[in-house]
Amino acid sequence: MIRFDTVSKHYPDGTVAVDELNLVAPSGQITVLVGPSGCGKTTSLRMINRMIEPTSGSIWIDDVDTAGMATHELRRRIGYVIQHAGLFPHRTIVDNVAAVPLLLGHNKKQARTRAVELLERVGLPAHFAKRYPAQLSGGQQQRVGVARALAADPPVMLMDEPFSAVDPVVREQLQDEFLRLQGDLGKTIVFVTHDIDEAIKLGDQVAVLRVGGRLAQLAPPQELLSRPVDAFVAGFVGRDRGYRALAFTSAGTLSTHAEQTVALGGPVPSGSDDGTWILVVDAAGTPHGWLNLEHLRAGEETVTEEMLYRGGTLATQGGTLRAALDACLSSPSGRGVVVDASGCLIGSVTAREVLDLIEARTAMAS
Amino acid sequence: MISAAGTSSSSSPLHFIGYFMDHRHEDLGWLWSHTWLSVLPVVIGLAIALPLGWLARRHRFVYPPLISITGLLYTIPSIALFVMIPPILGLSSLDPIQVPIALTVYSVALLVRVVADGLASVPEETLQAASAIGYKDLGRFFKVELPIAVPVITAGVRVALVANVSIVAVAGTIGMSNLGQLFTTGFQLSTPTPYYPPIVLGIVLCVLLALVLDGLVLLLNRILVPWRRVAR
Repeated sequence: MIRFDTVSKHYPDGTVAVDELNLVAPSGQITVLVGPSGCGKTTSLRMINRMIEPTSGSIWIDDVDTAGMATHELRRRIGYVIQHAGLFPHRTIVDNVAAVPLLLGHNKKQARTRAVELLERVGLPAHFAKRYPAQLSGGQQQRVGVARALAADPPVMLMDEPFSAVDPVVREQLQDEFLRLQGDLGKTIVFVTHDIDEAIKLGDQVAVLRVGGRLAQLAPPQELLSRPVDAFVAGFVGRDRGYRALAFTSAGTLSTHAEQTVALGGPVPSGSDDGTWILVVDAAGTPHGWLNLEHLRAGEETVTEEMLYRGGTLATQGGTLRAALDACLSSPSGRGVVVDASGCLIGSVTAREVLDLIEARTAMAS
Repeated sequence: MISAAGTSSSSSPLHFIGYFMDHRHEDLGWLWSHTWLSVLPVVIGLAIALPLGWLARRHRFVYPPLISITGLLYTIPSIALFVMIPPILGLSSLDPIQVPIALTVYSVALLVRVVADGLASVPEETLQAASAIGYKDLGRFFKVELPIAVPVITAGVRVALVANVSIVAVAGTIGMSNLGQLFTTGFQLSTPTPYYPPIVLGIVLCVLLALVLDGLVLLLNRILVPWRRVAR
């Protein structure tokens, strides 16, 4: 547990970066600090490992006042991940990861063996160990950054916009893997971002800070979306928050309709009972896309990938209301495709049915 | 002093090889002293420039005055520095250590800036990460900052070494025994008619020495900086 006790940071020029912050980051959970630039989120993070010293107040880690510890001792017990990773360009990947254990005086061979294990854990093949950071992509470097922070198995991790500098596709991968990793490791994490979507996706609780370093709201993401405490938080949390909040509610087991299908590579059907759109699946039963029977050209007799409309998303049975509704809204036929955990077709639902489900949930909650 | 008598008598510049064969014992002695006079001051100069460069990097306000002062040192003519050092340090007027001292001054002048700029080439996030994972100041300097600054520093060391090879020769003209003696000799033997072989030999040996020293630093750089060779 990390506890901010009335922590302030004032600079000599009069700037107030952080103003009387009281905050508890519970053990084993991800606490996200989010806010516009100038809200003191990075300053707050850096006061935890005393890269920045607070002007007043104290920060406690598991009932130990950090002000009483030698800074290098404190920092070696806290994993730290920053934007652009900040790897040591002159050291191989394995030695980058082994840096903290070596500083702690661990045996070199053991430190390296553990480093290679960690590389695999963050999704990098072992043969990357001998490479230098310049040979890796931004996303790969950031994985090494995470591995380095984990190397000494610290109970606490600080992450300062770790995924901001990579492209959106890689960012989403890194976020998903980070959540999976945290599911295994259960670290106490404080995570800084300016991206409210990232905060909502990753945080067990989210602290929204306003300019001038004041805490505006501290809440689980779902509560932040459904009950923003004031206009600032509401504005910062942004549009579509009703829709995004659905991502935190399970759709339960959807009752689906049987969907007529046609096989990929099979003959084009002459018609369908369900109108102009027909779902195309492969031999394993995995949906590939929709076929529009009215838009067939002359001579098209077998169903090929090129003929398919692929815009629709898939909802997984047991997933969230948001995924279920999105599958309906994105489907050209208006029928949302529901699959099982292995991706095989179960059936379809309509937006009307999902909305009824949402209304039932809301009625139940109130 | 050497006389032209008894040597291969041609005064053609190309006869420097013959001149070298005739005087090789003496010439090799000069080459050797020229070599250590060129190298040692750079080594000592680097040892002095490292803490100064670190200071200039650590406290930004130190950088401008330090760079100006050390830059000015380089403008003192070498011959003047050779002559001034003995009275300032209370040495005899032809003390053999006055030349390395003067060259050390020049090397420091050149290398302080190089070290400071080399340390400035270390990415900010690398410094931050090093501090954040628990390096203390000294450990961070030797394990992170200095190794990353090596490519910039070796570039400066190459310039200092080659410059020293040429400045050492000037010390030959005040009687110090090094390859500069070949130029004095050539000058003395050039009356009444020009006599080029020792002069050409001096130039050739100086250039060869500079090339070899430069090559050695390049080799050292390749060994110290494997991470700069890797291609993506």
